[in-house]
Amino acid sequence: MSAGASLTPGAPSLALRRRRHALPGLGVSLGLTLAWLGLIVLIPLAALAIKPWELGPSGLLEVLSEPRVLASLRLSFGAALLAALVSVPLGLLLAWTVTRYRFPGRRLLDALVDLPFALPTAVAGLALTALFAPNGWLGAPLAAAFGWQVAFKPAGVVVALVFVALPFVVRSVEPVLRDLPLDAEEAAATLGATRLQTIRRVVLPALLPATITGFGLGFARAVGEYGSVIFIAGNMPMVSEIAPLLIVVKLEQFNYAAAAGIGLAMLLLSFAILLALNLWQRRLRRGRA
Amino acid sequence: MSAAGPAAADPAWLRWTAVTLALLLAVVIFLLPLAAVFTEALRRGWEPALAAIQEEDARAAVRLTLLVAAISVPVNAMGGVAAAWAVTKFDFPGRRLLITLIELPFSVSPVISGLVYVLLFGAQGYLGPWLQEHDIEIIFAVPGLVLATVFVTFPFVARTLIPLMQEQGRDEEEAAATLGAGGWDIFRRVTLPNVKWALLSGVLLCNARAMGEFGAVSVVSGHIRGQTNTMPLHVEILYNEYMFVGAFAVASLLALLGLLTLLAKALLEILAGRRMGDAA
Repeated sequence: MSAGASLTPGAPSLALRRRRHALPGLGVSLGLTLAWLGLIVLIPLAALAIKPWELGPSGLLEVLSEPRVLASLRLSFGAALLAALVSVPLGLLLAWTVTRYRFPGRRLLDALVDLPFALPTAVAGLALTALFAPNGWLGAPLAAAFGWQVAFKPAGVVVALVFVALPFVVRSVEPVLRDLPLDAEEAAATLGATRLQTIRRVVLPALLPATITGFGLGFARAVGEYGSVIFIAGNMPMVSEIAPLLIVVKLEQFNYAAAAGIGLAMLLLSFAILLALNLWQRRLRRGRA
Repeated sequence: MSAAGPAAADPAWLRWTAVTLALLLAVVIFLLPLAAVFTEALRRGWEPALAAIQEEDARAAVRLTLLVAAISVPVNAMGGVAAAWAVTKFDFPGRRLLITLIELPFSVSPVISGLVYVLLFGAQGYLGPWLQEHDIEIIFAVPGLVLATVFVTFPFVARTLIPLMQEQGRDEEEAAATLGAGGWDIFRRVTLPNVKWALLSGVLLCNARAMGEFGAVSVVSGHIRGQTNTMPLHVEILYNEYMFVGAFAVASLLALLGLLTLLAKALLEILAGRRMGDAA
């Protein structure tokens, strides 16, 4: 449909294009884009939106209120929000250090932040499990010192999700921090503010919108994360079973509609959270302008 | 130098605490997991690790991973370039919506990315009966793996190109058009040279994700050894069978792929930066 339209651009659109600017290729590029987007993303997602209703509204509600489903949704959303929250101070620290100070190993540190983007999730999951297992390099001391067990517990889910979410906060804040005009900081210092006061009152507020962006991106990635979680989580129903895993379980029972129902609920819930973050950000921007 | 600003006047204790904490954090969060993978793989020396990589099922997994990436990365590179060109060189209603939709797969769980294709093509999916009648296999076969991978890596190239091309504007392209160049020539001679490093970096990240994808392919794979098992899925199977050395050995290969990607990306950034520096 879209490809056909692109191959034979109608006369009016051609005239319109020539008048506004001389660049050719709108039809071809837009047609390709729409075909690519439609076939790969939009049509399959439409199937996700339609399938759950085969159960009927009451049947869908029944699936979503199963205790096991509710527990998994609570874990996925709770752990993802917590992980994104933990990533904020850690990410700010990393971004601040990398942009503001010169020290040996700075470039390496900067490159390492991207590791969770480049490392396959299954590898990350395996690695974190080995690290936090009761006999692991970090698991053993944590158990000996505090009696904490991380692997195969909900805490393990949060650890894996921090690994996944952290780079999003760093990479969102870093460019803003780099471009922040230094005048404001200098002015604050001239007016007698201590360095810490300046950071708290001048720098951090300026970073808030970018931090919210990073938080949102990290949360969105963490809430659906699968590979790095299932190895470390232990996957106990009602305790440490994440929602994506429950989708897989429903699929293995050939209960497509229920699997789609959980998937749709996850998507809508996370979009609602992202929308709220977006509105908050917009209000901040308007407040400052 | 920006570092010579007020931050340089930070009290020494603040600077030292921040740098020490940041380095400590990087070691715990990034370096230790990486070291754990290689250590576990070599727990019993090189031989068992190398044997696990060269074993028949592992080699089939490597081949399949390469095949899936070789199809999905070019598809998304072409789509991404077309989308970036359409969105940045023209004004049309719905531009912003289009950008949002292109980035949508990033906020979709990998498991859901696989699920949507099962809903369409699975045995009880919308097109399942028709596919069965015509003997076409998509789910539990290579086409399903490719589709799920394309979905998951969909935005990478477009996302790296769009902000850059937006910044570069349309002047150069419009000048070329005024001089009578055609669309393809403008793209090849004017646009492409301006964005080549960003394009490469997008392709690189897209490829790393394509080869390492786990959740989405796990849903559509069916886990048939030697046939629909990609490397990350092979890691899981070995791990679940308590073949830890093998699991970590294959995981080490994937970790090396990740490290190479990071290295190449850092190099590209240096190259791109130097080019910009020359131009200035």
